[in-house]
Amino acid sequence: MDAVLFLVFAVISVACAVNLVLQRHPIASALSLVGVMGSLAFVYLQLGGEFIAAAQLVVYAGAIMVLFVFVIMLLNEGKERKQKMKLWVRWAGVPLLFAFFALMALIVQAILPPQANVKFGSFTAGNAADIGDKLFTRYLLPFEVTSVLILIAIVGAIVLARKELD
Amino acid sequence: MPFPYWVVGVPLSWYLILSAVLFSLGVAGFLFRRNVITVFMSIELMLNAVNLSFVAFSYKLGQNDGHIFSFFVMVVAAAEAAVGLAIILTVFKNRHTLEIDEVSSLRN
Amino acid sequence: MPYIVLSLIKTLIVVLILMHTLAYLQWVERKVIAHVQLRVGPRRVGPHGLLQPLADVIKLITKEDMLPSHVNKPFYFLAPFLAVLFALIPMCLIPYGGDINVFGIHTTMQVTDVSVGILLVLGLSGMGVYGVALAGWASNNKYSLMGGLRSSAQMISYELPMAMAIAAPLLILNTLSFRHMVDAQAGFYFGFIPKWSIFQGPFPQIFSFILFVIAGFAETNRVPFDLPEAENELVAGFHTEYSSMKFAAFFMAEYANMVTVSCIATLLFLGGWHPLWPAAYGSSFLPTLIFGITALVCFSHAVNPARPFDRITLPVFGVLFLIIAGVYLVPPVQQILMPLFWFGAKAGGILFVFIWIRATLPRFRYDQLMHFAWTFMFPAALINLFFTSLLVALT
Repeated sequence: MDAVLFLVFAVISVACAVNLVLQRHPIASALSLVGVMGSLAFVYLQLGGEFIAAAQLVVYAGAIMVLFVFVIMLLNEGKERKQKMKLWVRWAGVPLLFAFFALMALIVQAILPPQANVKFGSFTAGNAADIGDKLFTRYLLPFEVTSVLILIAIVGAIVLARKELD
Repeated sequence: MPFPYWVVGVPLSWYLILSAVLFSLGVAGFLFRRNVITVFMSIELMLNAVNLSFVAFSYKLGQNDGHIFSFFVMVVAAAEAAVGLAIILTVFKNRHTLEIDEVSSLRN
Repeated sequence: MPYIVLSLIKTLIVVLILMHTLAYLQWVERKVIAHVQLRVGPRRVGPHGLLQPLADVIKLITKEDMLPSHVNKPFYFLAPFLAVLFALIPMCLIPYGGDINVFGIHTTMQVTDVSVGILLVLGLSGMGVYGVALAGWASNNKYSLMGGLRSSAQMISYELPMAMAIAAPLLILNTLSFRHMVDAQAGFYFGFIPKWSIFQGPFPQIFSFILFVIAGFAETNRVPFDLPEAENELVAGFHTEYSSMKFAAFFMAEYANMVTVSCIATLLFLGGWHPLWPAAYGSSFLPTLIFGITALVCFSHAVNPARPFDRITLPVFGVLFLIIAGVYLVPPVQQILMPLFWFGAKAGGILFVFIWIRATLPRFRYDQLMHFAWTFMFPAALINLFFTSLLVALT
């Protein structure tokens, strides 16, 4: 049952990622990326990361991707032109990719011991209380630094995107 | 590995393979697409794959430090997306095109 | 019973009740607005217009489902689907009552209790922007695009004060899960003041409640914030090009969002399904009292009816209300129905406020709306959060 759940969301996320790379219209790519993020949120839930799953939905899928979709709608460029790829790239690209994945899968399986299995619900330190505990005690300095970083990003984005006053 | 995986849970290596697959697809999108925004989205896909890797290893080690690092990656990705899209808007205003081959020279 | 079968049964019950609620919410809205405006509202289709939602559904299904030629077809079909999807998922996360024991199965009146429930609901309401923005853009029509962009910008701007207004009572209730939130609001001060968030020390969350309800109005695109979809302003905003069932999908999404906001407000601020005064002082008899009085009013009006067929329908309604009042006195059913009654009463009260304000207030202009969000709501929510956290930290 656990493997079925994982496989469903893994297949959805890989399909959306392939769609992202293959689609010619940027809006379709953006929506596929939202699909990837949604299915990854479910995968995080399986690994016990409830707070990270919720943060993925709130921050990534709900704010960053909305920003992307707005910018794409604003610029309204339409589909990409079809590219002319060399023949050997088109015919050898996908098989090489699969060979690469197979090699990586073999290496990863060989490194990790076979008892390293993920049982859903066995990781309980991923809820908001435990993460908040660590975030405000051990990782307080990076937390404050990232808030300054976000402030810099806000100022930078506003300065860059406003109209030039003559 | 014995055949009935589902009796004992999901092998951790499957999560890492998923992360690697998503990362390579992100690299492929980054290298092969011409629209600047799609390239940027491939970067976000790579960041997501890395987040998955962090959370998977955090499960294996039994600590939630990986979750916290993943949270910081998300925050930095948000800041980067905001500034990067503002830059893209400015570039579009000047060059009137979104293809990275056309905006590759510093002088107009 | 295996967990998945139980969850499927609960989901089925929630879906059935929710779909009927959404349909009849529209009836309630039309009737209330009509009575506020000193007219009667729908009265022809069924007694007092009670079959009006059925007539509306039949009309919407049998209407010609146009597909304009200039739209971007995949996204045109995807947009109402996304709008309804993200509006209906929070219904699974909301608890409607406490623990119940039905036929030996001990369960809770909630489909699933996620430990970060309120964060997920916040994220899902943020993802509702996609349906609106895509609808406006895919229609390939400058009025729809304007309406879509304005509506999504409004939703995003008001997410921020809403999130901060949610964070303030969470500091006091000290949990993110809905069930624990309501459990922290059980009990009574001095024996009769309920420990709801709006009454709870160290800082009664009345200001957060008001901010949350105002932000909820803006998030669901309701008057006075409904400029993007007002008919006399921008044709019909982002759903101009949609007809029949797709338009019905957007409407359903809007009402579902309204119901979600009301339910979240009751869970966070009004104490969920806990009664207003203790059961020891007789709060278990309140529904019986209310339905009994309604039945008496029906019977007294049936003696001298305003319309001839009311001589038959009003006594029938009176008998129905008496039966419901009697059902509330049966103990095994009472454990299910009492929490539902209080939850429904509170959420229904907030929904009534939604409808009342729609009948009363004029709408904001778009720049006034955005100005209000960024110069009043955001600092107000920030100051409120600051004071709440200060008081919680000092006690």
